[in-house]
Amino acid sequence: MAEQTMVEGSMPAVAGAPRAPAAPLVGIAVIVLVLALVPTAAQALGNPFLIKIATRIVIFSIAAVALNLVLGFGNLVSLAHAGLFGIGGYVLGIAAAQVDGEVSTMLLPATGELAILLPLAMVIAGLAAAAMGVVALRTSGAYFIMITLAFNQMLYYVFVALQQFGGEDGLQITASLTLFGRSASARVPFYYGCVAALAVVLVAMQRLVGSRFGVVLRAAAQNERRLTAIGIPPLAYKLAAFALSGALAGLAGALLAASQDFISPSDMSWVRSGDLVVMCVLGGMAYVTGPVIGACAFLVLEFVLSGWSVHWQLAFGGFIIAVVVTLRGGLMDLLRMATPGGRAP
Amino acid sequence: MTAPLLQVQGLVKRFGGLIATNNLDLSVGHGETLALIGPNGAGKTSLIAQLQGDLAPNGGTITFDGRDITRAPAHRRARLGLARSFQISSVFPEFSLVGNVAVAVQARLGHSFRFFRDASRDRALTDPAREALDSVGLAGLERRAADVSHGERRQLELAMALAMRPRLLLLDEPMAGMGREDSARMMRLLEKLKASYAMLLVEHDMNAVFALADRVAVLVAGQTIATGTPGEVRNDAAVRAAYLGKR
Amino acid sequence: MTTALLIEQGLNGLQLGVQLFLMAAGLTLVFGIMNMINLTHGSLFMVGAFLAATVLAKTGSFALALVVAVPATAAAGLVLEAVVLRRFYSRGHLDQVLVTFGLIMVINELTRMMWGPVPVPMPVPQLLSGAVTVYPGITYPSFRLAILGVGLLVAAGLYVVVVHTRVGMWVRAGASDRAIASAMGVNVSLVFSLVFAAGAALAGLAGIMAGPISAVQVGMGEPVLILALVVTVIGGIGSIKGALIAALLIGLADTFGRVLLPPALGSMIIFMMMAAILAWRPRGLFPVHG
Repeated sequence: MAEQTMVEGSMPAVAGAPRAPAAPLVGIAVIVLVLALVPTAAQALGNPFLIKIATRIVIFSIAAVALNLVLGFGNLVSLAHAGLFGIGGYVLGIAAAQVDGEVSTMLLPATGELAILLPLAMVIAGLAAAAMGVVALRTSGAYFIMITLAFNQMLYYVFVALQQFGGEDGLQITASLTLFGRSASARVPFYYGCVAALAVVLVAMQRLVGSRFGVVLRAAAQNERRLTAIGIPPLAYKLAAFALSGALAGLAGALLAASQDFISPSDMSWVRSGDLVVMCVLGGMAYVTGPVIGACAFLVLEFVLSGWSVHWQLAFGGFIIAVVVTLRGGLMDLLRMATPGGRAP
Repeated sequence: MTAPLLQVQGLVKRFGGLIATNNLDLSVGHGETLALIGPNGAGKTSLIAQLQGDLAPNGGTITFDGRDITRAPAHRRARLGLARSFQISSVFPEFSLVGNVAVAVQARLGHSFRFFRDASRDRALTDPAREALDSVGLAGLERRAADVSHGERRQLELAMALAMRPRLLLLDEPMAGMGREDSARMMRLLEKLKASYAMLLVEHDMNAVFALADRVAVLVAGQTIATGTPGEVRNDAAVRAAYLGKR
Repeated sequence: MTTALLIEQGLNGLQLGVQLFLMAAGLTLVFGIMNMINLTHGSLFMVGAFLAATVLAKTGSFALALVVAVPATAAAGLVLEAVVLRRFYSRGHLDQVLVTFGLIMVINELTRMMWGPVPVPMPVPQLLSGAVTVYPGITYPSFRLAILGVGLLVAAGLYVVVVHTRVGMWVRAGASDRAIASAMGVNVSLVFSLVFAAGAALAGLAGIMAGPISAVQVGMGEPVLILALVVTVIGGIGSIKGALIAALLIGLADTFGRVLLPPALGSMIIFMMMAAILAWRPRGLFPVHG
């Protein structure tokens, strides 16, 4: 008895169309716990490098989770998030660089205090996202994707052109960064700070996706026409989601700059935007925690493959193609194969 | 005599050289059920689209409950009490039935910039949603909208419309694509709703029209060529001449 | 701004515009007709340049390089379409972005493996290595004028084909409504392949012409791709006329912007233009699908 009538508004063939809104808090707790154990494991294995790569994974997890708010739950394929990530990084980088007097601008404070810089990075990235969103969100589908890509490149080219901030070579951060006055440069405490940030972001995202706001966003992703017909114009919600998503990406960028003591335009190229999308799809766009799994898998694979051969991009590109062709629901779906389809709201 | 709930006057819609709506007049009184019939190509779809706010007319006015809504966007009309169902089922496929209706409740309550409370456990949303589902006969069905049958999806749309506490229900072929049993069920449901809501019904099924409609408007070539009770319209010579469709 | 500068930059702008048009034409057709976001278009640009540079190095003849590389790039496009991309016409845009993203990595790496990481030299052909007097006292490189000429010729040719031939009619029909075109007997699958191949050929040609004035290196296609996407969006997806007008507009705006404004602003100018135009017309200047 095949269903002949088309259900208008059903999701097109998007990899891993959103089903249940979120992983329960247990999933988040497990992830945070595993991440928190890394420094201990690193010490046991005598390999401090593990912490460095874990920091990178946590930071990109935050960025990917941020993107997934609009990508997985809002069905908005944004290729602008690396640009927003970069804005966060440069806010921190430029502000910190002013401490040693290498760089000077009226626009940002000269400080290395993370308690100021991290929120500042979020606010500025969020505003940039809102500005982009005002233009981009009035379009849809392919236009939206291409416009976000164009905006990403605009940001990239701007930072390449700004020689006073290092241009293409990037900006070195020599000032020491502090958190509430105490030094923030020790590797392990910084890592724990990043894990804490990720935990907060995950819990906040979980609440958000299940809230009334999240319902509107997800409804708009499925059937905008129906949403309008019951009386909710979706634009304001999409814009708010995009701005928030951008702010969190900016947070991740600032953390990256702090962890590397360096930020450059290559951290915000459109390829990086594509990488973030791959992380979300790989991990499972239907789940709040999916992108964390995806970021981990992506970065570990990138690290391992690049160690094997200088031509690792060939295999990596092939891997991405294989993922798109086969793994529609992402890795999280594999993990959830045991439990029947998630709870719908 | 009180003003009608919905008043359409002199509505005009042109698509390039084609006139889809040609100086159309129409009204629906409070609590009245008006059926709109007409042959294919008569302009029913264009008219519905203009009533819903999907299409902007070139001339004429649409007044709802005393307010001019001719240029009002679709979501504003919904908030004013104009609820609709779509000709091709349009729901939120990934949400459960309760979830679908809850969105409509949420839209009516108007507080959607809430970020922390779990909406699926919000009784202020789910209780009215379950009530609406109950009244259309879909109580107790815990499934995703994409997984239910066509007939059930139609009922769901109706539940969503009711959750909006509308003044007027705009139903575009509510029984389209339904089998005999589903159609009969939908009919009984619509009969029940007649008591509480004004309805504008676009229909091809003449049995439904005669059973439900207080008045019938016949649309041919973008104009209403006859309006009256079902009996009057059936015997109208102009209608017989212009509209040979009987289903 | 002196007259000399005005003319020189004006010609530069038109020349860039014409190159962008060659890229955008293929992109907008594939987009409009097959509803496919094809990010590998930049890779075809690169493949054309590399093939031509190699033929030129081996034979010393630019003409031969053209004659070999353009069809070869078209063929490469056909293979890509038949083997991979064809399966993605009905998949969502996200899937298309991802698969073409992966393909870019693969193609870039294969190119690096075959030609190495160092840019391949591609000298300007002897015949066109001089300069022409375009205005009393002002000369302009012959090669750039040739690019301008070729581009305008191609634009004219495309216009004739699309508007005045039966094949063009099929293409336009397919662009505005695939289902109806198919129902009317147009071999949709063949049209798709043809369009893809034509787009690839144009991209390859653009790459070959860009070779002597920029560097033939891995990754040369992506910056051009992005500009071409901007052109496509501004012009309206599916519209060749839109692509031409937008391309010339962008070419001139970018060129003059870089000359007149400080570097950071100059690089932003075309994106600001895009934002402004889209604010006014969200579907571009001449959208095909209304």
